[in-house]
Amino acid sequence: MTKPMGNTLTAIALAAVAFGTVAAADEAADLVINGDQEMVIRTAAPEHLSDVLDEINSGWLYRKDETQLLQMDDFDNPGMIFVDLAQDAWNAVDGSEEKSCASCHDNVEDTMKGVRAVYPKWNETAGEVRTLAHQINDCRENQMGAEKWKYTGGKMTAMEALISVQSRGMPVDVAIDGPAQSTWEQGKEMYYSRTGQLELSCANCHEENFGNMIRADHLSQGQINGFPVYRLKNAKLNNAHARFKGCVRDTRAETYKPGSPDFVALELYVASRGNGLSVEAPSVRN
Amino acid sequence: MASGVKPRVKVPKTAAAGDAITIKSLISHKMESGQRKDKEGNLIPRSIINRFTVEFNGKSVLDMAMEPAISTNPYVQFEALVPEAGDFVFTWYDDDGSVYDTTKSIAIG
Repeated sequence: MTKPMGNTLTAIALAAVAFGTVAAADEAADLVINGDQEMVIRTAAPEHLSDVLDEINSGWLYRKDETQLLQMDDFDNPGMIFVDLAQDAWNAVDGSEEKSCASCHDNVEDTMKGVRAVYPKWNETAGEVRTLAHQINDCRENQMGAEKWKYTGGKMTAMEALISVQSRGMPVDVAIDGPAQSTWEQGKEMYYSRTGQLELSCANCHEENFGNMIRADHLSQGQINGFPVYRLKNAKLNNAHARFKGCVRDTRAETYKPGSPDFVALELYVASRGNGLSVEAPSVRN
Repeated sequence: MASGVKPRVKVPKTAAAGDAITIKSLISHKMESGQRKDKEGNLIPRSIINRFTVEFNGKSVLDMAMEPAISTNPYVQFEALVPEAGDFVFTWYDDDGSVYDTTKSIAIG
């Protein structure tokens, strides 16, 4: 090496500073999709959170510029591929009843508008809180006579994305009172309970430390308004339960099963923490 | 035919004659490299898109050979000169012999 050592060190220091600027997410940015659809990505926290948070923020704000850009255009958003695929599945006849989704629900753009915003939701006939994925499988099993899809599988997340995108831009508005209240309370209990060998609760990272770095990752508030989300790390859509499982595993705990009543309760509670944010699905994260 | 293959293309609807326009294309495909092994240790056979071509009014605009190192859901963006109104034809060739194509028209104005 011919350079004097001092210069090299300065160069490294400068590079580090420059990289720091690039790596930091732009928390002041606004999310506008396709140049015309504005998303609510920061808003006043819902009432039940008023003693712990002033403002709720979409996870989009905590991602790098490049990742943020991917979500601002539907062609660049890799999640939209799966929406296209699910559109074919929507019209495809499957199962013993010779029905497709479209046989009962007609045009997805009309019939599914607003659905994603209110899920998970109390189902009166079943007497339980159900997620969108549960409803999809209920339709497949009982209306179509088709096989159930795997809860976190590709077909399921794609169909969730197709249904969710019809509510894009609408505020999340899950009901936490009435018959859903006990499930919501259970989810809240889980959110604040430390689990695993690392003894971490959801709140330790996503309520007390959002905005800070956890090693190389910029912690968000753990909002699920953008789910199902296209993750760059696994190049596919991931639904909330798949993400919860990853998070619980990272605390080195035995995880709950995707689709289990425990995760349904947690999903309802976490969704309610995002009441007021826009439905962003399919969002892009790392 | 590999499952879940769906081409997407973005071409402006209109352009001025002689203008260079940006074209974006993407096809959902798992692009199995042929290097990976399954749970039993057997090699998973290669299954990729090996060629992508673009024609404008019958004339070749782009003809690319694609290799196993190209990642899943290959995305290709390029610029093209548009001398007149016409149709862009995009064609993807799969290892298994399937051919996927899509056409986009562009007007001058």
